[in-house]
Amino acid sequence: MNLGERSIDSIRADLLARKYSARELALEALAYAQAENPKTNAYLTFSPERALAAALEVDKKIFAGEELGPLAGVPIAIKDVIVTRDVRTTCGSKLLEHYIPPYDATAIQRIENAGGVIIGKTNCDEFAMGSSNENSAFGPVRNPIAPDRVPGGSSGGSAAAVAQGTAVLALGSDTGGSIRQPASFCGVTGVTPTYGRVSRYGLTAFASSLDHIGPFAKSVRDCAALLQVIAGRDEMDATSAFAPVPDYTAALGGGIRGMKIGLPREFFENLESETGDLIHAAVDVLKKLGCEVRDIRLPHTPYAIATYYIIATAEASSNLARYDGVRYTTRSKSARTLSEMYRLTRDEGFGAECKRRIMLGTYVLSAGYYDAYYLKAQKVRSLIARDYAEAFEQVDAIAGPVSPFPAFRLGEKVNDPVAMYLSDIFTITGDLAGIPCMSVPCGATRLGLPVGLQILTRHFDEISMFRVADAYQRASN
Amino acid sequence: MKLTEEQVRNVADLANLALTDAEIGRMRRDLEDILTYIEKLNELDTSGVEPMAQVLYPAGETATLREDRERPPLGVPAALKNAPAAGAGYFKVPKVIER
Repeated sequence: MNLGERSIDSIRADLLARKYSARELALEALAYAQAENPKTNAYLTFSPERALAAALEVDKKIFAGEELGPLAGVPIAIKDVIVTRDVRTTCGSKLLEHYIPPYDATAIQRIENAGGVIIGKTNCDEFAMGSSNENSAFGPVRNPIAPDRVPGGSSGGSAAAVAQGTAVLALGSDTGGSIRQPASFCGVTGVTPTYGRVSRYGLTAFASSLDHIGPFAKSVRDCAALLQVIAGRDEMDATSAFAPVPDYTAALGGGIRGMKIGLPREFFENLESETGDLIHAAVDVLKKLGCEVRDIRLPHTPYAIATYYIIATAEASSNLARYDGVRYTTRSKSARTLSEMYRLTRDEGFGAECKRRIMLGTYVLSAGYYDAYYLKAQKVRSLIARDYAEAFEQVDAIAGPVSPFPAFRLGEKVNDPVAMYLSDIFTITGDLAGIPCMSVPCGATRLGLPVGLQILTRHFDEISMFRVADAYQRASN
Repeated sequence: MKLTEEQVRNVADLANLALTDAEIGRMRRDLEDILTYIEKLNELDTSGVEPMAQVLYPAGETATLREDRERPPLGVPAALKNAPAAGAGYFKVPKVIER
């Protein structure tokens, strides 16, 4: 059964009307996802036992007339960098092909406590490093809209699962655009919340000062509802924020007249013309809804990618040191000494992009280079964050493209790392500043390739971001 | 930005990666391209700018300290379950000290 038209609310209404049971829905969702998977390779692992156990709990509550959790019975796909107890979690890496985590991520616990039904784990770039999903050790994901093209990355499987209608909701992770860019390429809604809004306990660490967990769904409303469940302080993650979580969905459905929206000049340079036209058309919709649109500047945007590829790789080189052949399932068979165990396990286990980033990160942190690279990048990061702080003195939200171009062809950029990195030019600054940002679909090119409108707001002001995106989505539907 | 293969091998050593000769050549070219691109940051004068190591928001100095209380640990069998080699409650690795 294609879940494409279903929402959290419609499933809840159907369950309460006894149109189907949560178990029936889970079985149909699993069957459909398994049947469709050869077309996209969006899933790496299905979790029928876990899904049916969760669905059974929901059905028991319905039978007993008890109150249902906010995600009751909703089929959800999880990016395979988020650990699930007793369900294989590969991180898209050969190194973790057989890794069965002994615990659940906090986001997973919260989803299941809310009645969510986890149907499987989605494909992604290895350790979330990539912009096309071509760096997965288990083969690339194909874009459900255009199978010869990439779904974006690194959360390509999660975006594809929602676009394909095999899951109503999905979780992804975003370090440099890995939720928004695949959401835009696949024509779904994807949210990167404020840094610290969602606990990363159980998210496999890539770049700790930048990593986020966030939701995918067809609609802004469903993204907001999923964020509601996973957001909030968690003592298992010291970086999770104390700020109270407001009622996101209650803030939706209204108008946005009088809101000030900034268009950063730097986000409209080097943009493919069709993408630019669609973004301008979306901005016209915001104007019709009564927003006051202003030109703004984010002058340090051109330095974002260089900054990111120093900070992210430096942190990654440290975080990935743990895959050394001792604890995580894989050890080189040809290693005879301890040193060979480390070196051969890592050489055989990591893919090319992971090695490239480990090498770059190790280089920029190595003796004599720290000030020139890592410290320099942290200073430029301050300038990028300051750009946003100054912009938000003038406007309530910022709008622009998610990516300079729509989904590209498989293999098109795979041999040119710098060209691949440039596809993240408009998403990386939001991660560096730590502000909430999202992608909402805003039409398609003549070839039918989806384009995403990006909306960014102040720290912890997800409400304004959702209000703009929701008003736009209702007006454009 | 130019790198020698020697430098690349040195970094691979630091990173505990046993790269093959073919990988070293490719890596040298890729790192040169990326480092050349990164030199862009030198256009900016950052003297007097504080480095940003983390996204920070207002909170009390001890806000992130949790209550010190006993909690059940993961347990040895669960912790060792994914080990490529284990025995007697420990991770096993190749012999480090020769007689």
